[in-house]
Amino acid sequence: MKQTIAQRSRPRGVLRLLWCAPACISGWLLVISAAFAEPAGPPANGADVAPEVLAAQQQRIEVIARASQAAVAIFAGEAGGGSGVLISADGYALTNFHVVQPAGVAMQCGLADGRQYEAVLVGLDPTGDVALIKLLGRDDFPYAALADSDTVEVGDFCFAAGNPFLLATDFHPSISAGIVSGVHRYQFPAGTILEYADCLQVDAAINPGNSGGALFDAQGRIIGVNGRASFEKRGRVNVGVGYAISANQLRHFLGCLKGGRLVDHATLGATAATAEDGRVVVSDILDSSDAYRRGLRYDDEIVSIAGRTVRTVNALKNVLGTLPAGWRVPLVYRRQGRRYEILVRLAGVHSAAELASIVAGENSKQTRRPRPGPPAAPQPAEEKPEPPAHPAPNQLSAAVKEVYEARPGFTNYHFNTVELSRVARSVAAGHADPGRGTWVMAGHLGSGEPFRIELADSRATIDLPTGTTSVDASGDLDANPSPPGSGGMLAALIVWRRLVLEGPTALGRTSYWGTAPLDPAALISGAEPVLIDVLETAVAAVETRVSVTPSGAVAAIDLWTAPDADPCELTFAQALPISGIPAGWPARIEARHGDRLFGVFHIEAASVQAAAPQADSPADSAGEVPRPVEAPGET
Amino acid sequence: MQTGKRSGSVSGICCGLLLGWLVVGAAVSAAPPVSPEQTIAGSARCVVKLYGAGGVRGLEAYQTGILVSAAGHVVTVQSTVLDSDEIDCVLDDGRRYSATLLGCDPLRELAVLSIQGEDLPAFSWEQLPRVAPGTRVFALSNLFGVAVGDERVSVQHGVVSGVVPLDARRGAHEAPYRGDVYILDCTTNNPGSAGGAVVDWRGRLLGMLGKELRATTSGIWLNYALPVDEVEQGYRSVLAGQGTSPTPTAEAALDSVAMRFDPQLLGVVFVPDLLDRTPPFVESVRSGSAAAAAGLRTDDLVVAVNGRSVSSRTGVQHILAELATGDRVQFTVVREGSIVECGLGPRPALSRKP
Repeated sequence: MKQTIAQRSRPRGVLRLLWCAPACISGWLLVISAAFAEPAGPPANGADVAPEVLAAQQQRIEVIARASQAAVAIFAGEAGGGSGVLISADGYALTNFHVVQPAGVAMQCGLADGRQYEAVLVGLDPTGDVALIKLLGRDDFPYAALADSDTVEVGDFCFAAGNPFLLATDFHPSISAGIVSGVHRYQFPAGTILEYADCLQVDAAINPGNSGGALFDAQGRIIGVNGRASFEKRGRVNVGVGYAISANQLRHFLGCLKGGRLVDHATLGATAATAEDGRVVVSDILDSSDAYRRGLRYDDEIVSIAGRTVRTVNALKNVLGTLPAGWRVPLVYRRQGRRYEILVRLAGVHSAAELASIVAGENSKQTRRPRPGPPAAPQPAEEKPEPPAHPAPNQLSAAVKEVYEARPGFTNYHFNTVELSRVARSVAAGHADPGRGTWVMAGHLGSGEPFRIELADSRATIDLPTGTTSVDASGDLDANPSPPGSGGMLAALIVWRRLVLEGPTALGRTSYWGTAPLDPAALISGAEPVLIDVLETAVAAVETRVSVTPSGAVAAIDLWTAPDADPCELTFAQALPISGIPAGWPARIEARHGDRLFGVFHIEAASVQAAAPQADSPADSAGEVPRPVEAPGET
Repeated sequence: MQTGKRSGSVSGICCGLLLGWLVVGAAVSAAPPVSPEQTIAGSARCVVKLYGAGGVRGLEAYQTGILVSAAGHVVTVQSTVLDSDEIDCVLDDGRRYSATLLGCDPLRELAVLSIQGEDLPAFSWEQLPRVAPGTRVFALSNLFGVAVGDERVSVQHGVVSGVVPLDARRGAHEAPYRGDVYILDCTTNNPGSAGGAVVDWRGRLLGMLGKELRATTSGIWLNYALPVDEVEQGYRSVLAGQGTSPTPTAEAALDSVAMRFDPQLLGVVFVPDLLDRTPPFVESVRSGSAAAAAGLRTDDLVVAVNGRSVSSRTGVQHILAELATGDRVQFTVVREGSIVECGLGPRPALSRKP
């Protein structure tokens, strides 16, 4: 039986009872140790200790002192509390969903400096048991960095800093040291939430109240967030088997969480099972899934996903459990001896409504109180009236009200506007002001034949060797994917121009989506992805995701003219400053639709023509059906 | 462990042992030549995950085993997990084998399994002296069945707190073993841990984690390991017993002979032989019989016959049948946690009953 480990309340009697057993054990062992220890003990003073050892110990003390500064004690009032860890100077802190869930929108936090801070909920990932909160009142919070948890090895020294049994009444965290006992562990979810995939297992004491606190490495970097432990017949106390959500998983979700969103986890749309010969094969697959559209079928052997080799079903679950819904990752499968590599868009485990009801409706299950003595597991939900889970907005303090905005689908919409503004500023800074004239890009295709693209306020036109296509660019985006075969390249280019000229809010219902890999195909190497910002927008029935690089340039646009259809995918390769192409514009655009490469557009000349109205736009050739300009496979 | 005198290297070793795990990036002159991570990786190759009977409430269907010979011998704890015709053994690299139970040492509650494989890693018996309290150790086990397939078993770190006789009288579960065990300061003996390896920081096998034991008086769960010399003795005794025990082809023939000997001729009635490995508990002793004269009592558990360990009702039957008429019969039994010897006198002739 595995349980999450928020401390749910702190009646003194219970604490004592929980402490009773470990106190007995250590006391007893002390007696044994004393009785059987050799007469000559360790050196009595530091003079006999090798200087290297003393130096190492001093270093360890310093690392722990520094890490302690970043530890957060979270108090959720009557409902209990737990721990957290600061990850930025402006107060963002990670913790567990099950710690903040009873607290609702606002909570009180204590830091090792002895001061109390108000914190507001930013984003939630109930499936992964992660929450992002923001402490208010400072912009110089101490914080710790996230390590690459894939480099962690079994046997590595680690320590947990947190608030076990809510002991930290002076807010100074309790430290428990240990080693990493296992890596890439899979721990089954409770229903569809609180899944611990690819997590770290530690023998450092992880007790109720440690939930949400960080697991640090020897350098004081965050390698994980402690959230659950194996409790069985010995009560809800440490048995040397704790689990931490890996730092790499946290990093994958951080962008989405920062956008104040209720984030979902990824599913392949297929299930896998171990065949008799040990291969991991597809045991079921939804024909509506992207994996199916990309060619994955029943009984195909899954070789690797996101660059990680799959030898067990757990390994597949491990990878998927660390990825947000909406990411694309490479999948390698084998059928009849032949190997196939595809890029798969991952769908969500839940519907938006399901997620919302999990957050709103699980209160009765989550507000359990620790009970004295074993057996503490499994604990049934108590039949008690639900405590008021989320304080009404008028109960929030003025400081919290300033940074909180409720909106369906978001945990705190305020932070979405913060991120959206940030990306908008970045896009504006990343592009030379091109003006509202007609944007012209001309050059040659991969095949060597010429092309010309014109983008104006009123029309968007593309000249291809196969013919000319033009669409109205003044109003809502056309749901007809033009030019044919591209999936909607012109609409995607209109989105690009509007974004650069008018900013994201001019696109329609635009929100900050989060972060996703810059180059999904590069994940095949198994390296951690480079993540960039993604905006999401909807204009009428057309949905678009725009990826923006840190320099403010557009890296990719995916545009869906209908849900559950393949999008038009444009990838932009940035121009060099010396190329004569306006800053922020691409030097090459690659257009794909489904499994097919529509074309590679090498841009040789780009300019903005004066805003004078075009006398006659090229003949609307919507009736013409250009063939795809290039054969699939060309790059 | 040595004590720190004036010699720099000796004090270095001492400090290294005591504080070595604290060392972060600092080189200690006498530090072990390998890192803890390497030690663990090397040791974990010789620790296997075992899957057998169980899965019902309170009884796990998994435990741990230690590879002790390249021929594929695995030592583990004798438990209900092994009460299965199919015992699966999964190595660190994910290789899966079907294991055969070679035999048990009921005194140490140790079982030896055999797997047929190639290039099998194994610990070597190093004839190490008992280590002293304060020795830093790693415990590697399949606790909670967390690791599956090619996932490595879980590793915990701790210190030998004491070397003491396993006092089972205070325990809720009886343990026939009365010798010394290593008491550990970390929670090593979790569900599934039984049969796990305890190694030192050089990766040498120091002991085998025992079954879960809890004292009824205090509720304390004991974290302990059988020292490696006891593990080796148990292993050797099982192999010795194995040497004279029947081959599968001869077994059927022997069975027919064996079943013709009725222990009641000695005055002993065992519990009904219902399972593959029904433990040989004495159900009753006929008054006035040789067994009664020898002091055998109801509820005694026979663990050896004429010095050869047995773990099942059938095992007793086999050994009795192998003896010649007139051979002296000696039962070693466990009674209330103590070992008692009972000489039953000469074996009668096989029953001639139809």
